[in-house]
Order: sequence, then C-alpha cells, then structure tokens
Amino acid sequence: MAIVISKKKKAETLMDAVESISGVHIGDCLQCKKCSNGCPVAGITSIGPAETIRRLQLNTDDESFENDLIWMCVSCETCYARCPMKIDMAAVMDALRVLTVRKSTPPLKENVHLFNKSFLKTVRLFGRTYDLGMIAAYKAGTGSYMQDTDKFPMMLRKRKIALLPSLKGDKKYIKRIFRTKD
Amino acid sequence: MKYAYYPGCSAESTARDQYMSVGQVARALDIDLVELKGWTCCGSTPAHQTSKTLAIALPAANLLMAKKLDLDMVVFCASCYNRMKVANHEIQNNASIRQKVAKYLGEDYDGKVRVRHFVEVLINDIGIPKLQKHFTHTLDGLKVASYYGCLLVRPADVTGFDDPENPTLMDRLVKSMGGESIDWPHKVACCGGGFAISRTDIVVELSNSILDMAKSSGAQCITVACPMCQINLDMRQGDISKMKKTTYEMPVVYITQLLGLCLGISWRKLGMNKCIVSPKPVTDVVKELV
Repeated sequence: MAIVISKKKKAETLMDAVESISGVHIGDCLQCKKCSNGCPVAGITSIGPAETIRRLQLNTDDESFENDLIWMCVSCETCYARCPMKIDMAAVMDALRVLTVRKSTPPLKENVHLFNKSFLKTVRLFGRTYDLGMIAAYKAGTGSYMQDTDKFPMMLRKRKIALLPSLKGDKKYIKRIFRTKD
Repeated sequence: MKYAYYPGCSAESTARDQYMSVGQVARALDIDLVELKGWTCCGSTPAHQTSKTLAIALPAANLLMAKKLDLDMVVFCASCYNRMKVANHEIQNNASIRQKVAKYLGEDYDGKVRVRHFVEVLINDIGIPKLQKHFTHTLDGLKVASYYGCLLVRPADVTGFDDPENPTLMDRLVKSMGGESIDWPHKVACCGGGFAISRTDIVVELSNSILDMAKSSGAQCITVACPMCQINLDMRQGDISKMKKTTYEMPVVYITQLLGLCLGISWRKLGMNKCIVSPKPVTDVVKELV
C-alpha cells in the first residue's frame, strides 16, 4: 500500500471553522465533563456540551450538526464558568449556530433562529426592540399564532408590553451598524 | 453621584416596573442617573447567536455615548450589563475585533467605560450603613430568596459582579432591610432567559425547578435584578400550574422594589401593580420603623 503524502493544504475542517468564529481552542478540552454536569438542558438534549466538543475534535462533521443542543443551549455560560481549561463553550455553541444557518438550504425553520431574526429585525428598524412587532414576525415565521394569546390582554392592561415602538433610539447609528459587514 | 444610565429595551415594555423602581430609588438616594440620549438595543442573546462583531458593535455604540459624557455607565438589565462588559472585554483584548467595531461605528472605541450594575453602585458607592440611614420601613423578617441568574455573575472574569457560584450582594441588601435572606442552592441557576417565546417548554422546565426550590427552602418571595428572570419566573407560573399541576403563588419582585418599599415609597410608584403573581405577601409585611 502506498502512503501518499500530500503537500496540498488540507481543507478547512469544521473544528477549524468553529475555532476561527469563536476564538476558542477546541484541542484544550480534557473531557472532564464538568460542563455537561452543570448544563441545565443536558438532561433533555441528546448529547451534552462535552460530547459536542468531542465530536468536533474527532471531525465528525455531519454528526456535529445532528445535535439538538445547538438550538436548545440557553447561553447561560455555566459550562464556561466551570471549565478548568477556560473554554468558552457558549461561544462554541454560537459558532455552531452560525455555521448551521450558513449551510442550511432552504433557509432554516427553527424556532430560536426565527426568533433571533425577528428580534434583530425590530432592532434594525427602530433602534430598540419592539415586542409586539417581534412577536408578530416570529408568529408569521413559525405559524404559532395562538401561542400566549391568553396573556396579551393582561400584559396590555398592566402596560407590560408596549403598543407602539419606541422612537427615541438613534436610528441613523443603528442603520450604519447593520449595513456594515466584517 | 452622577452616572450615565442605560435602561435597556425591556424598560419600555415588560420591565417598566424595573425602570420605575430604579428611578424612584435613585431619586430617594440622590443618585443622578443621566439617561443616554438616543440609546439603542444591546443586541442581547439574538445578536451573539448571530454574529460576533454585531454583538459587540451594538453595545459599543452605547458605551461610546457614555464615553462622550465621561461618566461610568449604570445598567440594571442583566443581559445588557453582560453584553456591555463582554464588549469592553473583547475590545480591550482583541485588536482585530476593536478594528472591526471601529468600522461598524465609524469611530474607534477603547473599551474603557466602566460598566456598573445598579446593585453594585448601591453597595460599593453608597454602602449599606448609609443606605440604612435612609430606610423608613423594614421588611420585618420577610423570607427572601435572592435569585441572581446567569448573566450578572458569568463569565466571572468578564463581569466581575460577585462570586459566580455563591453571590451575596443582593442577600446583603435584603439583610440590611431587615429581611431574612434564605440560604438556597438555585441562586445562579438558569430560568431559560431569552427562550421565553421560542422555547417556552424549556423556560417552564427550568423556572419550575427554581420556583420549587425557593418554595421548599421557605421563601415568601423571590427577588431579582434582571427583567428576563422576573418575567419568566412571574408570568410563567400560570403555565407551570397548567403543565405541572403545581401552584406556587410566589411573588417575584425586583430588588429595587424591596428597597423602594423600605425607603417609604408607595408600591404603586414602584410599579408593583404590574406584578402578575400578587406581591401582597411582600407589601403586607413591610412595617414602618419605630
């Protein structure tokens, strides 16, 4: 059997991509699993943060994306707080979300992603979040029209939700920020 | 004492009560909070889950406004506080991020505006002895569970708020008001935060375990310093009783509402009529100091 040593640069692996987006060095992980033990959602996801890292280390590209933790991670940063190697696991999850969105064709229909999009849309338009607009955009995206409708009258009566968007935010500034690319 | 004040978007909707109570307490203690003119959203969780640079440029825009006033920035919302701190940290430690952010803002920002949580200001700048001199009322032994959640305390080397596993700043305030600050293990657990709408199932699960632990630890109310914690723990009690068949009737109030009551401010002015679970067990206990 001939062993071929290629001088060509190896293609970028998923681990490389995650490292470049998050700035985290995945190789530092010792698999002590403190992150998975502290994770508030690890009990209801198929795998925890430690295994998420392990899959990246082993370059299992497809399996890394077949991971419900990507959209169930609550960004609470308990993993990061308890990591003896100071790995910012929450940033790794952010990178995996960015890469999932990037590779999804057709566009991803995922509740958390659609919520994020609706949220940022109102920020782009008004400079500040506008809850009613955000909820309307989110419901239109997910078709979950009936969710929480029982609470709206009470929220409006208590003025816990604003009827109109705030117009005091510096919209010019916000437009500039959203227009700029890396 | 003068600070630049960043209220955050929730102050205009779900956390109007937080905005009211912070304003009232600041006035009573002669703290001058100068609201940043034209402040914009910090991007919160949706921004950092979408783009790292956007998630730093959005808070940096506001930090730059505070810099121009040459004042420390006071924040109450834990998420805004966290994003401001992260932005400063990244800009100070990562030259390429600093450059990118300068391109987004059209102006360089050095990451040096000091960001303070209102609770830190109360304890470190005013101090408990001086606070106590202003109290006209007492919590009279009310059993309070101080709930800090995630974003105030984590990551500890970035926020520097308090101990990341056992913070005590709010407990100290509760004690100073004559309340009993209960010892309980869920101080820094997560309520589900920004998943309030997109993954209500997770919020119900996590908030239920916090409420359950507070109740079994003997708390008569939970006090918070974050609008997401407040709305999740307060508003979702209805969903929890439907889905889990347990009812807590646990008032969830801002620490500034408790302080306001002890400063002799009426519960209406503190926005306590906006609580969804009745705060009557709290307001009933407050007694005038003799």
